[in-house]
Amino acid sequence: MLLDGIEDEDKWLAEGIAGIQHHAFYMHRALDANNLRDALKYSAQMLSELRTSRLSPHKYYELYMRAFDELRKLEMFFKDESRHGVSIIDLYELVQHAGNILPRLYLLCTVGSVYIKSKEAPAKDVLKDLVEMCRAVQHPIRGLFLRSYLSQVSRDKLPDLGSEYEGGSDTVTDAVDFVLQNFTEMNKLWVRMQYQAFFGLSGLQGPGRAREKHEKERSELRDLVGKNLLVLSQIEGVELQMYKDTVLPRVLEQVINCKDELAQYYLMDCLIQVFPDEYHLQTLETLLGACPQLQPTVDIKTVLSQLMDRLSNYAASSTDVLPEFLQVEAFAKLSSAIGRVIEAQVDMPIVGAISLYVSLLTFTLRVHPDRLDYVDQVLGACVRKLPGNTKVEDKRAIKQVVALLSAPLEKYNDIVTALTLSNYPRVMDHLDNGTNKVMAMVIIQSIMKNDSCISTADKVEVLFELIKGLIKDLDGTSDDELDEEDFHDEQNSVARLIHMLYNDDPEEMLKIICTVKKHIMNGGPKRLPFTVPPLVFSALGLVRQLQGQDGEVVGEDMPATPKTVFQFLNQTVDALSSIPSPELALRLYLHCAEAANDCDLEPVAYEFFTQAFVLYEEEIADSKAQVTAIHLIIGALQRMNVFGTENRDTLTHKATGYSAKLLKKPDQCRAVYACSHLFWVDDQDGVKDGERVLLCLKRALRIANAAQQMASVTRGSSGPVTLFVEILNKYLYFFEKGNPQITSAAIQGLVELITTELQSDSSNVKPASDAFFASTLRYIQFQKQKGGAMGEKYASIKV
Amino acid sequence: MVLVLALGDLHIPHRAPDLPAKFKSMLVPGKIQHIICTGNLCIKEVHDYLKTLCPDLHIARGEYDEETRYPETKTLTIGQFKLGLCHGHQVIPWGDLDSLAMLQRQLDVDILVTGHTHQFTAYKHEGGVVINPGSASGAYSSITYDVNPSFVLMDIDGLRVVVYVYELIDGEVKVDKIDFKKTTAATHSAH
Repeated sequence: MLLDGIEDEDKWLAEGIAGIQHHAFYMHRALDANNLRDALKYSAQMLSELRTSRLSPHKYYELYMRAFDELRKLEMFFKDESRHGVSIIDLYELVQHAGNILPRLYLLCTVGSVYIKSKEAPAKDVLKDLVEMCRAVQHPIRGLFLRSYLSQVSRDKLPDLGSEYEGGSDTVTDAVDFVLQNFTEMNKLWVRMQYQAFFGLSGLQGPGRAREKHEKERSELRDLVGKNLLVLSQIEGVELQMYKDTVLPRVLEQVINCKDELAQYYLMDCLIQVFPDEYHLQTLETLLGACPQLQPTVDIKTVLSQLMDRLSNYAASSTDVLPEFLQVEAFAKLSSAIGRVIEAQVDMPIVGAISLYVSLLTFTLRVHPDRLDYVDQVLGACVRKLPGNTKVEDKRAIKQVVALLSAPLEKYNDIVTALTLSNYPRVMDHLDNGTNKVMAMVIIQSIMKNDSCISTADKVEVLFELIKGLIKDLDGTSDDELDEEDFHDEQNSVARLIHMLYNDDPEEMLKIICTVKKHIMNGGPKRLPFTVPPLVFSALGLVRQLQGQDGEVVGEDMPATPKTVFQFLNQTVDALSSIPSPELALRLYLHCAEAANDCDLEPVAYEFFTQAFVLYEEEIADSKAQVTAIHLIIGALQRMNVFGTENRDTLTHKATGYSAKLLKKPDQCRAVYACSHLFWVDDQDGVKDGERVLLCLKRALRIANAAQQMASVTRGSSGPVTLFVEILNKYLYFFEKGNPQITSAAIQGLVELITTELQSDSSNVKPASDAFFASTLRYIQFQKQKGGAMGEKYASIKV
Repeated sequence: MVLVLALGDLHIPHRAPDLPAKFKSMLVPGKIQHIICTGNLCIKEVHDYLKTLCPDLHIARGEYDEETRYPETKTLTIGQFKLGLCHGHQVIPWGDLDSLAMLQRQLDVDILVTGHTHQFTAYKHEGGVVINPGSASGAYSSITYDVNPSFVLMDIDGLRVVVYVYELIDGEVKVDKIDFKKTTAATHSAH
């Protein structure tokens, strides 16, 4: 039973600890009494507890640590010859009489450490002796711990450069040989462990699970082996040349020959982590050459990714190291190694291959930021590994593709660079529609964040190819998949983007807006209301630039003249009116009309106004929308100065006509009095028709009356006096402007009329119109008191 | 002392990609007590952004606003001042001071804030003030050429209001200051 197994193990561990404590107690007494014989006897008995085969690595470690602590005390005793009276050389002989092999070797290692310290014999001889003697223990766990002990006690006694143990015949090479040998032996033991029967725990567990547990336990011991590599990396004397000539080849030889997946992955990783990046760079060929020789199941992509990440960071650490990378041709070596690994490991999932390319790309961007051809090569190599003409489906693989595409954007802070990478769109084509859109958004955000201007039509073309997922419906997208809010965000981003497509040169700018138009016109009725307005304003900006230039440009297919741009604008806005989005189209036509006015192009301006009126008549039915639209028409028309009398009359006639036809009387009234401004324009001498101003105002008064009557019939109360006050204000306006048709008598009459209305309506208090009237009267007072011409004008009005 | 941010006519994303970065870095949450906006934001994202600067946000509807629930005009009282807000496309001729003065009388306010012309202006008029904060994004306008991005901060303190106008000219923010005092003669009857 599993439970029994665990309980048994706990019991065995407790027994082992008790045994150690028991023998340690007598050992202490012997140490206190300086009794060497008893000390050796009890310490050997204590160490016999480590002979157990019943514990898992984890429990065995606990037991080992207990013994380890006790051995420190013994070592102190050995060091002090005055306490036991035996020379270190004799002691080294003496401990070899211990009966059992394991206690004997632990004691030997302990004495050996003291022996080296005493310098009675060359360190290399003692080390060599110890490392050879330890071969006697071939049980994997016991052997691993014993050698681990050897490594621990000898660590500070290696004949390293600058160490007190170096010199004479003792050299760094001896230190390295010792550690390498111990490493090799430990790795063999560790690898062998997988074939060892595990600790009597099979019971009810299936063989698969038992094996899994066993491998997990084995994995827990990996750091005992890896520790040797760390020790090697810390030996001062292991400089590049020695690493290259001795350390790396011997470590790799062991790694390759052990043919064990767990060990190979762990040791490769360990090797990369513990030795300096500079060494890896200088031995890249050897290191990468080992990769294809590993077992096919080894997760080599993670190892390589880590190597590339480390090298990337190394490159980023200082520009001084960059020449080294060039010198060893790091890119070419990594690139071909990746190719070989992917080829060798046919079962590698697609995500693995792509993540290798992500690492290589990161490396390339850090080390060779100026080599766009390398970047493109990496993308191209990745495309070749992706299944042709199909979308990547694995979620993790998609994530890696996005990482691959995002890396150049982040590096160059400039999409323009990415636009020159021919393989970039090819990689994007392998994304599903949803991710394609996400990537397109990333591209747009990158442009916005960096305020990058896309300044040629060719680049705009490439850009729109990249973001086509946002620009039009791709095959296989159905409407019901769309999230309304996401869609708005996306289209608003495209709208923002259009402002970043800009060139100062009108010819190129015209090409740019034509390119944009070509693409966005495929967007369909849902997208056009988002994309047309920014394009229109972009084009209107171009008109401003061209304005005042001579209209004749010869020799161009499509000359950049205001006329050309207006044709472009007409077609573009027309696309909106047919979807239909009449209110937006009407507003844009009016902007175009004003721009045409500024360019002194009467027929063009007239055409745009006509379009606006047609939309008003045929497409805008909502009464509230009509009110806004008619005010916009009047407002724009009031500003036009390009029209001759005939055209102007036609348009003003239309405007006043539609004003009087609005649904609600108050709206009619306000629109009609607004129309009065169409006949009297301050800075236009030709437009000062006092009579028609008066006609408008009178008409407004009639409507206000009608509105009031209607109100009293339907609601039994008097209607909106405020309309009269508004009209009074318009009278004052034109009175001040010197319109001869507007007399002080008429104003006086209107003031009295309003006073009466307000009084007769005392029951129904209308504070708003009261206050409005009061402030209007105050204004009249103010003007009267002003003196001068204005005061004189106002003198005859009594309030 | 109360700080009121007045801005409008951003026309995002129709005519500008965003507010200028320099403005964005100046406008930080927690400093402003009220925002009055003359409209034409045009999209919800901009509305949400303004909300983060100050939750007390008042907006009048511009002709390009997708949100149809903004009112055509709005009045509010801050300290001793009554403020009126309107986009301005309804007031013809556009940007005409005398016509705006009529709206000021109609709304019966001390300070009238309107937009539409994309041109910063501030006038004293009959003891009141008529302010146009311009276009915060420097958006294209049929009325104004070469629009500089601008907005207005009003510091209202008792009967005094100091109007600071921030204008982005050739990449540099220039600040101008205009001082107004409300004369007691112009006080309105309390309603």
